[in-house]
Amino acid sequence: MTDKPEFFDEMTGSGDTPRAPYAEYHRWFEGEDIARLRHKSNEAETFFRRTGITFNVYGQAEADERLIPFDIVPRIISGREWSRLARGIEQRVRAINAFLYDIYHRQEILRAGRVPPELIARNEAFLPQMIGVNPPGGVYTHIVGTDLVRTGEDEVYVLEDNARTPSGVSYMLENRETMLQMFPELFSKVRVQQVSDYPARLRRSLAASAPPACSGKPVVAVLTPGIHNSAYFEHSFLADQMGGELVEGSDLRVVDGRIAMRTTRGYKAIDVLYRRVDDEYLDPLVFNPASMLGVPGIMDVYRSGGITIANAPGTGISDDKAIYSYMPDIVEFYTGEKAILKNVPTWRCSDGDSLKYVLDNLAELVVKEVHGSGGYGMLVGPAASKKELAAFRAKLEAKPGNYIAQPTLSLSTVPILTKAGLAPRHVDLRPYVLVSPDKIDLVPGGLTRVALKQGSLVVNSSQGGGTKDTWVLEE
Amino acid sequence: MLGKTAGGLFWMFRYLERCENTARLVEVGFRMAMTRGGDPADEWASVIDTAGARDAYLARFDTFDGPSVIDFLLRDPDYPSSVLSSIEAARFNARLVRIALTREVWEATNECWMALKAALKRPVRENEMTAVLGLIRQQSALVRGALHGSMLRNDGYDFARVGTFLERADNTARILDVKYYVLLPSISQIGSSLDNVQWETVLRSVAGQRAYRWLTGGEVAPIGIAEFLILDGRMPRSLAFCTAKMADNLGYLERDYGMRHPCHDQVDRLRAMLHDNDIEAIFEHGLHEFLTDFLRDSGILAAQIEQDYRFYG
Repeated sequence: MTDKPEFFDEMTGSGDTPRAPYAEYHRWFEGEDIARLRHKSNEAETFFRRTGITFNVYGQAEADERLIPFDIVPRIISGREWSRLARGIEQRVRAINAFLYDIYHRQEILRAGRVPPELIARNEAFLPQMIGVNPPGGVYTHIVGTDLVRTGEDEVYVLEDNARTPSGVSYMLENRETMLQMFPELFSKVRVQQVSDYPARLRRSLAASAPPACSGKPVVAVLTPGIHNSAYFEHSFLADQMGGELVEGSDLRVVDGRIAMRTTRGYKAIDVLYRRVDDEYLDPLVFNPASMLGVPGIMDVYRSGGITIANAPGTGISDDKAIYSYMPDIVEFYTGEKAILKNVPTWRCSDGDSLKYVLDNLAELVVKEVHGSGGYGMLVGPAASKKELAAFRAKLEAKPGNYIAQPTLSLSTVPILTKAGLAPRHVDLRPYVLVSPDKIDLVPGGLTRVALKQGSLVVNSSQGGGTKDTWVLEE
Repeated sequence: MLGKTAGGLFWMFRYLERCENTARLVEVGFRMAMTRGGDPADEWASVIDTAGARDAYLARFDTFDGPSVIDFLLRDPDYPSSVLSSIEAARFNARLVRIALTREVWEATNECWMALKAALKRPVRENEMTAVLGLIRQQSALVRGALHGSMLRNDGYDFARVGTFLERADNTARILDVKYYVLLPSISQIGSSLDNVQWETVLRSVAGQRAYRWLTGGEVAPIGIAEFLILDGRMPRSLAFCTAKMADNLGYLERDYGMRHPCHDQVDRLRAMLHDNDIEAIFEHGLHEFLTDFLRDSGILAAQIEQDYRFYG
């Protein structure tokens, strides 16, 4: 280990001895030969290639399919740590659903003055078409991927609530599969909670959210933009593992007030559509008229209870980065409790004083686009060059309302395996939460993303990040 | 099953079959060029004709030399039936229908694609040819083995099999049609010796030379070769065999879905055409005419299946 412990390292804490969750793993690691582990690491890559666990990169015809680098050192979380996270996530997800219902109905929270009305009314993520619509079972966000970062032994922050179509869960599952194949001996030493039943739980959760029009066993399908989409692998993987169909807009049409798919025996109604297509492309009659990815008329069918769309259209208003800063209030407003998980302090650049502060301290801050994702359009002040800072300053001054800023967090590190042995790298964590009318279900695990470059804080796979298997230990 | 998925399975296995057929043709040409004394250009031209690719080939090359023909058939990205194009198309369809494939079949297909792409990255040198052709054969056998060993015998399997046998029957019929002039003149003069090169091309390109010799005790007669490849129900690449298989699999679909479609009548017509004729009658009618009818009718069958099972919107 070369870095000084200016960051919280999850394996060693701030000292030299491994923290309790890592003790067993560390002992095993000490007995291993680095060369053998490096070899295993290459094996893992072969495994991923053979299985076809790839993502497509936009605009790169040659390297059409890429692998997300996988690091073989697991990220380990104790059962106790997980319980606390789980409570916090559940609380937050419950609040998000209540918030969405409210925002598309009576808007109590605006009347109470806890969230400024213009933040909703002028927000592109707010869909007026959803006003007064009651999603089946009252569920808006069937699947949420809450991005968490850790900065210390007991300090966890929510970085983002991904309440639209969070991706990456296939990596959680395949990473574990890979580790089980490569290091079976580890799993008999360390008691890790399993994640492999996620697809079954997803299906159960989606089926429990079936619409009023459903009769009999709910028919579940995954809607993908198609084979060229960057997450196509995940779409087909989930459909396959759930035992559902994988459909594209061109397979679907409205038949007798239902959304039906073209099968070899004729059209068959779908009850629950797990869509991985953005709101904008969902229905050309209602949203983007040029969209070929959606189904003309699906919003009408939805409004009349003919289908469940998961996640519901318009959920983006809850994970919008401008709304994010109000989350502690939102949690308190709907649950009557203080938020268990902390929010990262956020400056809304739309506010004059905040903008001034942000501009004065640009080199210390992380600045994000309100509607951005994937790590694009983001400034990491401490890592930016003078030129980049100047360019961003100009953008901020031109459109302050498009940006928020946050302090640069000292993200925790977990070691990765390098040629020289273990070396700490920054990580985040995305657990996946399933919401159905009767329960909130959290699989013990998630996707750990890791910035492979030394010192880097950007973990996005589109920006050179990798992934790790995430172990939640039994209590 | 989605219509799109049925279509994807059908085409995936058509392309896999095509990949193997094209590789086999290269093998035939390569072997003959190695073992024969005559002008190799004639043999390579005959290989290109057998592939039905004369126009496509001549659009790119002026002469029929070994390296050009081999590279064209193995690697040309613009020739849709080259080994590389076929495996790309097969794998593209496999990704499309991945949820209808077992993990074994998907992985075998993906590995086949990776192995072939790597092996065909550069033009294949003469001294690597045996190994590369062996690899193609082996990799496609692995996919077939995974299919047989791991797939449910349901509608998806039927569509995969129908695609395989349509492509295979098509391939055999085309080979015969291109070569019928070799077989034809000698029919009137029974006992005359056939051009060994030509008949061997025909038999080898359908992997039937050993079986044929075994069945006939080594006697080479043109009418016998035609009968073997058209009517012999034991020969897995004969028109009769492939048609019977298509009829079987379409029959399973009919039973499974409880629905009879026009494609079922069409496959019955094809089967009757083979069942009601003996080889003398076929030659009497005209071999070329017979094969033209067969290719037309199997084309109609393919289009009818596509429509009956809603492959496209």
